Amino acid sequence: MEQFLDTFLNPVVLAKYTPAILQGTMVTVILSVLIVLCGIGLGAGLACIRAYRVRLISFVIVIFADVLRALPPLVVILLMFFGLPNVGILLSASVVLFIVLTLVLAAFAEEIVWAGITATPKGQWEAARSTGLTFTQTLFHVVLPQAMRMVIPPLTNRAIAITKMTALGMVIGVPDILGQATTAQSFSANASPLTLAAIAYVVLFLPFVIASRWLESRFASPGA
Amino acid sequence: MEQIIQQFFNVEIMIKALPLVIKGLGITLLICAVVIPMGAIGGLFAAIGSLSPNRAVRWLSIGFVDLFRAIPPLVLLIFIYAGLPFAGLSLSPFVAVTIGFFLNNSAYFAEIFRAGLLSVPRGQTEAARSTGLSQAQTLTYVTLPQATRNVLPDLLSNVVEVVKLTSLASVVSLGEMLHAAGLVRSLTYNASPLILAAGIYLLLLWPLVRVIARFERRIAS
Amino acid sequence: MTTPAPGTATLEVRALHKSFGALKVLEGIDLSVQRSEMVFVLGPSGSGKSTMLRCCNRLEEPDSGDILIEGDPLTGPGVDLNKMRQRVGMVFQSFNLYPHLSAMGNVTLALRRVQKKSKAEAEDLAIAALAEVGLSDRAGHHPAQLSGGQQQRVAIARALALKPTVMLFDEPTSALDPELVGDVLDVMRTVKDHGMTMLVVSHEMKFARDAADRVIFMADGAIVEQGPPEQIFGAPTHDRTRAFLSRFHG
Repeated sequence: MEQFLDTFLNPVVLAKYTPAILQGTMVTVILSVLIVLCGIGLGAGLACIRAYRVRLISFVIVIFADVLRALPPLVVILLMFFGLPNVGILLSASVVLFIVLTLVLAAFAEEIVWAGITATPKGQWEAARSTGLTFTQTLFHVVLPQAMRMVIPPLTNRAIAITKMTALGMVIGVPDILGQATTAQSFSANASPLTLAAIAYVVLFLPFVIASRWLESRFASPGA
Repeated sequence: MEQIIQQFFNVEIMIKALPLVIKGLGITLLICAVVIPMGAIGGLFAAIGSLSPNRAVRWLSIGFVDLFRAIPPLVLLIFIYAGLPFAGLSLSPFVAVTIGFFLNNSAYFAEIFRAGLLSVPRGQTEAARSTGLSQAQTLTYVTLPQATRNVLPDLLSNVVEVVKLTSLASVVSLGEMLHAAGLVRSLTYNASPLILAAGIYLLLLWPLVRVIARFERRIAS
Repeated sequence: MTTPAPGTATLEVRALHKSFGALKVLEGIDLSVQRSEMVFVLGPSGSGKSTMLRCCNRLEEPDSGDILIEGDPLTGPGVDLNKMRQRVGMVFQSFNLYPHLSAMGNVTLALRRVQKKSKAEAEDLAIAALAEVGLSDRAGHHPAQLSGGQQQRVAIARALALKPTVMLFDEPTSALDPELVGDVLDVMRTVKDHGMTMLVVSHEMKFARDAADRVIFMADGAIVEQGPPEQIFGAPTHDRTRAFLSRFHG
């Protein structure tokens, strides 16, 4: 037991590296917030554009969403981080991580919001159009508010899954929680920083996981 | 333009990388073949547990699921692969990957099966029990088949997620496809091997993504 | 808006044709509704009466024919459809209230976004409209908190608040429990008494007999016969009408 604590919760190591992990936590939090805001915003925007059913534009959006949902994010991250400098584009590791995860979340959010838009009853469109609202007004004032409400649970789940992927930044040297912890672990030759990292992620994400469970039960249709 | 083709779509380098990448693809598929069934079975048990009338079983199952939904799989993997050796427990990359992905993946499968089981009307269970079927029989023959059908798109999309997840194994130097492609990239300073790997992932997963989209549309209508 | 020339119908439908693929649904409908008239449209299901109604604000696009509101065309090039739709109120079978908005929000949305009224002005108009349907005390309720009959009355207020020239009712009581039908019909009668021009598709025979100025019987995409309710219900001249009505008298 003592050896276990010494290895995984060593007080000396913990004291020394907690500040670094806290710094990493800030990086993770900031990246996560930015990714969620930009990713869901972009995805919802694309779903709205798709609602106008301009064939070519819709086709491009579907291809974008399909490709980013089919590719492992780590592949795209490595591709951008190692490939772009060769053609003269230099981006920092954090920016690459932000761009890739934002695009991935946007791809999923587009599909989810689009499903919500198509699931909104036809009568809602008809009622709004019959009072003289334009297509755009109907989309933004009548359909989108209902669609977003419908898709809050799947969107929350997806946002959690993708913000957790900020941990992938460690591979290209982003100083997030995991990045700080692996550095600390190799300096200290002790597993405690990794334990601390795991705890930090649990503290950060568990409330959202629990909230998503609550949302799901609240939004579940009573008839089902 | 010339430069982009040279740096990302260099056929010569892709051909050189191909044997190693294909070998990596074999390992990727092997991980999937082990982790998907394990995760599905683990998830099913966790789902049944999370709906158990026994409070301890219920909370234990929900706790397991929520914990592993909160921890990023890469953190789990590195903890198992790089952390456990400090306690004298050294695991091969493959075993570490299997355990890490099993835990992560069970949690996701559990949530899907749970939603599926909840979607089956209570009357189905009551009808089955009223004809004398046991609880286990009711689950096997009545509830579970309907539950699985109701969440088939989600199960499939989780399979896609697992295939994508295997790319994380590259971090612990398990020679799956991304690791192989990354290796050739670092030797040639050219991103084409990564494009090759990306192309194979697309070839593998795009059809599945399309099938899922079609399923979801049918269920929505 | 100019005052229409005397003798101009409030709603005029001319030679209206509509097909869904190979299926001909409307085969030349001619109909005019005069100011403050309540016209009831009866007919078996599949007779095209709902399609006819939905063409009158172009929720269905007519294949050919003209629709005029006080002489102004609703179809044809250069028509500002959203502006014209302001003059044609519509009440749906399934209410189609916006579930994310309160009764007040449902009524004010088009007032504010289409008629560009200020918030205060829109709310005043909404309260007046909700009062007319007897629901001024329910302004803050969301659709889910209202009974079916109350929801349909809010939907009537939503259409009424825009001060339309004519109102279309598409089976407004068919989705209601029997005990809630009466309230909605009472509101419709009030709306009529205040001078509204109304075109109603419905199976409420008794209400048609009591309240309608004219009854139209449709079958197979055409108007078979029309006249005052006493005549249509008392002495129908056409076999199809007789056959249809006999099923309701039992």
